[in-house]
Amino acid sequence: MKPAAFEYHRVFDAVEAVQLLEELGDEAKILAGGQSLTPMMNFRLARPTALIDINHCDSLDFIHRDDDVLTIGALTRHRTVEMSTGTKFRDGYEVLPLAAPHIGHYPIRTRGTFGGSIAHSDPSAEWCVLARLLDATIVLLGPDGKREVPAAEWFTGFLTTAIADAEIVLEVRFAQPRQHAALAEFAQRQGDFAIASAAVAYDIVDGVCANTAVVLGAVASEPFRIAELDQIADGLEPTPDTWRKVAAAAPEYISPADDLHGDSDYRRRLAKTMIERAFNDAASEKES
Amino acid sequence: MRDMHLINIEVNGSAHELVVESRRTLADVLRQDIGLTGTHLGCEHGICGACTVILDGEPVRSCLVFGVQADGRSVQTVEGLAHGDELSDLQKAFSKNHALQCGFCTPGFLMLAESYLASKPTVNREHVREVVASNLCRCTGYQGIVDAITEVAQQRSASW
Amino acid sequence: MTANTAPFTWVGQPRERHEDARMVRGRGQFTDDVARVGALHLAFVRSPIAAGRILSIDTSDALRIDGVRAVLTAVDLGETELTAVLERDGFVPTSMPMLAFDHVRYVGEPIAVIAATDAYAAEDGAEHVFVDIEPLEPITTIDDAAHHRNIHEAATQGTLVDLQMFEHPEVESLLNGAHLTLDEVFTAARLNAAPMECRATLAEIDERSGQLVLHTSTQVPHQVRSGIAQALGMAENAIRVIAPDVGGGFGLKCVVGREEVLTAAVARHLGQTVRWSEDRRDSLMASFSGHEQRYGVRAGFTEHGVLVGIAVDVECDIGAYSAYPFTCGVEPLMACTELPGVYKVGAYSARGRGYATNKAPTAPYRGVSRPQIVLVMERLMEKAATALNIDPIEIRRRNLIAPTDFPYTGPNLITYEPGSYLESLDRCDAEIDRLGWRTRTAPGFRYGLGICCFSERSAYGTTTMGARKMGMTPGYDVSHITMDPTGSVTVTTGTCGHGQGHETTFAQIVADELGIDPADVRLRQGDTDISSYGWGTFASRSLVIGGGAALDAAGKLAESLKIVAAAVLEANPEDVRLADGQAWVDQVSVPISELARKVHFSAHEIPDVPFRLLEARGQADPDGCFSNATHAALVRVDEGTGEAHVLDYIVVEDCGVVVNPLIVDGQVRGGVAQGIGAALYERLSYDEDGQPQSATFMDYLVPTACEIPDLHIFHLETPNEASKIGAKGMGEGGAIGAPTAVLNAVNDALGSDFDMLPVLPSHILAMLATEERT
Repeated sequence: MKPAAFEYHRVFDAVEAVQLLEELGDEAKILAGGQSLTPMMNFRLARPTALIDINHCDSLDFIHRDDDVLTIGALTRHRTVEMSTGTKFRDGYEVLPLAAPHIGHYPIRTRGTFGGSIAHSDPSAEWCVLARLLDATIVLLGPDGKREVPAAEWFTGFLTTAIADAEIVLEVRFAQPRQHAALAEFAQRQGDFAIASAAVAYDIVDGVCANTAVVLGAVASEPFRIAELDQIADGLEPTPDTWRKVAAAAPEYISPADDLHGDSDYRRRLAKTMIERAFNDAASEKES
Repeated sequence: MRDMHLINIEVNGSAHELVVESRRTLADVLRQDIGLTGTHLGCEHGICGACTVILDGEPVRSCLVFGVQADGRSVQTVEGLAHGDELSDLQKAFSKNHALQCGFCTPGFLMLAESYLASKPTVNREHVREVVASNLCRCTGYQGIVDAITEVAQQRSASW
Repeated sequence: MTANTAPFTWVGQPRERHEDARMVRGRGQFTDDVARVGALHLAFVRSPIAAGRILSIDTSDALRIDGVRAVLTAVDLGETELTAVLERDGFVPTSMPMLAFDHVRYVGEPIAVIAATDAYAAEDGAEHVFVDIEPLEPITTIDDAAHHRNIHEAATQGTLVDLQMFEHPEVESLLNGAHLTLDEVFTAARLNAAPMECRATLAEIDERSGQLVLHTSTQVPHQVRSGIAQALGMAENAIRVIAPDVGGGFGLKCVVGREEVLTAAVARHLGQTVRWSEDRRDSLMASFSGHEQRYGVRAGFTEHGVLVGIAVDVECDIGAYSAYPFTCGVEPLMACTELPGVYKVGAYSARGRGYATNKAPTAPYRGVSRPQIVLVMERLMEKAATALNIDPIEIRRRNLIAPTDFPYTGPNLITYEPGSYLESLDRCDAEIDRLGWRTRTAPGFRYGLGICCFSERSAYGTTTMGARKMGMTPGYDVSHITMDPTGSVTVTTGTCGHGQGHETTFAQIVADELGIDPADVRLRQGDTDISSYGWGTFASRSLVIGGGAALDAAGKLAESLKIVAAAVLEANPEDVRLADGQAWVDQVSVPISELARKVHFSAHEIPDVPFRLLEARGQADPDGCFSNATHAALVRVDEGTGEAHVLDYIVVEDCGVVVNPLIVDGQVRGGVAQGIGAALYERLSYDEDGQPQSATFMDYLVPTACEIPDLHIFHLETPNEASKIGAKGMGEGGAIGAPTAVLNAVNDALGSDFDMLPVLPSHILAMLATEERT
């Protein structure tokens, strides 16, 4: 399990990375944390001809908070988000550090990056699910300059995104905090890819749910938002009954594929449980 | 033509200058080019953790980092834990608590534990267990490993 | 020390292991750690499909790859084969070619080998060998094999072994007439032992000795030597096999792997040092697996829950080949012979079959069939208890072999030595209450407790192994001991520790016999040039057989020491006592090191001593013995996810005299962890084309620390009367009892009747959904 040969390039800023991507063609890949790409290369399932190592691009490693807007640099490690104890995630984005421990294990989180996860776009990835949930914007740099893609348009299929040739993820911007948000997921072992996950977010306006969003992970080729479920919750009181109602409606909207870790029926049932648990967590998080 | 790079790595305090092919993993560089074979390869896809080393203070799977990426960085491996002939508290605790049998996964667990303890965590056996769950051991059933790390955390935390 | 206190012995002490210091420093020396400048690295071209006929192999592109030095096929290496033999009717001998040359029979079967300057280039080369294979329809299940075709021409019934092992003439009528007759099917999934170190071999020519020298990650160095000698047509003294530190084996490394033989063959062919280091994908896909079995069982009980008879049909999916030297008979024969276990089963009939399928070959894996026969017996007990409305613990009491029954000879013709079957069950029952397991509740969860009673036959000697009628019968072991001029001792063993702590426990045993400190005892193992022919480490044999041989040797050395001491102290040898590093006659003593120095350097001063040097040879070849245990698992099932989590676990075990409690508990814990894996997480899956679906650690789920609870372990001690040490082998028990203890707990939690291993969250949630609907 040794990777195929590639050229290695180290860059120090995103502009340099984009130039190299243009120069080296579409078989070149960005190497960020390498926690998904490198295993695939070791299995020779991925065989980039060149890697452009952005780990020295310090300007991509940041977390900014400005009022409602939270911006996470592409090179920010999962562990940095997890350990953020300051005010950056307060008032609407607590779900991000709370979800971080679900990502792999500690030595994976010290290395893996936010932008890498978004670019890899695994349908079970926590950051992908939450980007979709909180209507994040993916900010890219390409040969023609910066471009922004809303999360709703970012995920275009299994491990594929709206990224264009020679583009690199710069940062992920969140602008719509919610009063309540949580992610729940299940895998057989701690730290494995989720068999099914659900992330939910809602505000409470006049005592009832508003702006509800329900996103499911690992049950489709990409993080999957179900508008019909959002509408069920909106206008209802934030009670366990409401959560049960939303969760019970979920299975009919999804048709996950069978795989080794669970057949379609199992994933459907699991998604229902995860939705209910995510809502319960979202509701109790604020109380505590 | 192979893509070769001149790199400088500090390993356990010693400087090494090497020429490596870009695809060579840090694990292979440590084991074969520097001769520090304590770091073991158990899966080469980041699950088992036998190859865990500390890179610039953080635990990483050395099978998922290319050697060339460690250029200019500092690496700690299991060979750097003891002080001369004197085993570290963590090494002693592993033996005392029978935290190893075949010993193949042990270096990875030691480096995982060492980096975890360096973060001066609040001592909590269940939290230790979650950290231990980062790596795989097929012999011990983990109890001795959790015991050993918890014990050292308790001892060290007295001076944190 | 008072007269009422037993004298201090090293045996029984929780001594920290001699092995640990090098391991925690990263100075263990595993095969791939053995440095050899310039060694070529091997990679294998493996079959991408499960079944087919090889039409052509084109190696020309591969030879042009940078770094590739050689590309070899079976033709280059002489179409070598290994044949494992069982001398029985009903066994079909088949050969396993080292490199496939006409057919491929499983995904991952080696077809060609690349030698290159590093492992990276070797893999590059392997990608550039083009093999044209005409696909054949793969046989991937027992039913496929039974109803369709054979994958070996000689195996006309699809089986490589088919034996009616026991046949009680009245079993059918007894079953038909029983108050309760159960007709059940039990299944267990295919597993991989998944030692953390995959297999690895380094082969080189030692010009001075003229030997082909292998370093290889094996449990059985002498068998590897025999296998290579057979496959390559060499004298055994021309081969030296060294097992350096071995990173776990669990049975996977107790057979001879074709890649081991091939690495040797390539070194010989090229006249160059070569090394092979298996990666995890190859290990999960194409090493050895085991435990894939199905049992068709009929069992009869009286109204009081007493067994009147069992008829069992054991079917094992043994994969594509019989592994050398144990053969594919190892699973079905073990299952048939030992199924009754700790119970008096009445009339007994057993048929065992091994079906050849287009999957990786099987080898022993920790427990060998005993996890499955325990699944059968313990599920039967639960089912009968439910049907007859008898408490599940009580029904076991009624069927267990009782203390008054020993020595007990069962219908399987095994004579069981005394064990604490009832006592361990009662103790376990009491501990369950003490821990409050029976009172757990929480909304959204269901709690269940499961128990499991079993025995573990261990330390099989040649009389026991001989009954299997293998072409090679393992069982004995020989040990040599020498005391050097400093009074330190070196002991050899033919067993081959790979995590069991032999260097420590053997030293404890020898130290007691010689009255010296265990730190002064050095064990040498895992080297065919150092140890006499021995059978390595498997089947929980090492401490009883290897340790027994070492003790025998040490006893003889002690006699020699006493003769020397008697000469020095002018006393009778019978009056000499060895203790605390001294030879004592009454209150007078002389240091043993002084005696050793005298024997070596001043032999002329003790002319009456009739021998030169301090050396002895010991051996052991016991009939075998039975440890026993009762396990109990507390499981919590999550109604929303179907997750079954083992919360707590009790082991009450009896392995006779415990030589080192640290090590015994460690064996129990590790075994239970593997058993929990077998119950809830692990299975090697294949799709209908025979493609492995679990060739990564993301898909083959080895439990982590979060899935394995801390254990409560209790020891009972019924000494092994046939062994001077008093110990019984116990390396597999954890893995034998845990799968069914956990499965019973899941069934208890859910009121379900799962009879398969593993039971997965998807099974559980589907079952709960059915419950909701009804």
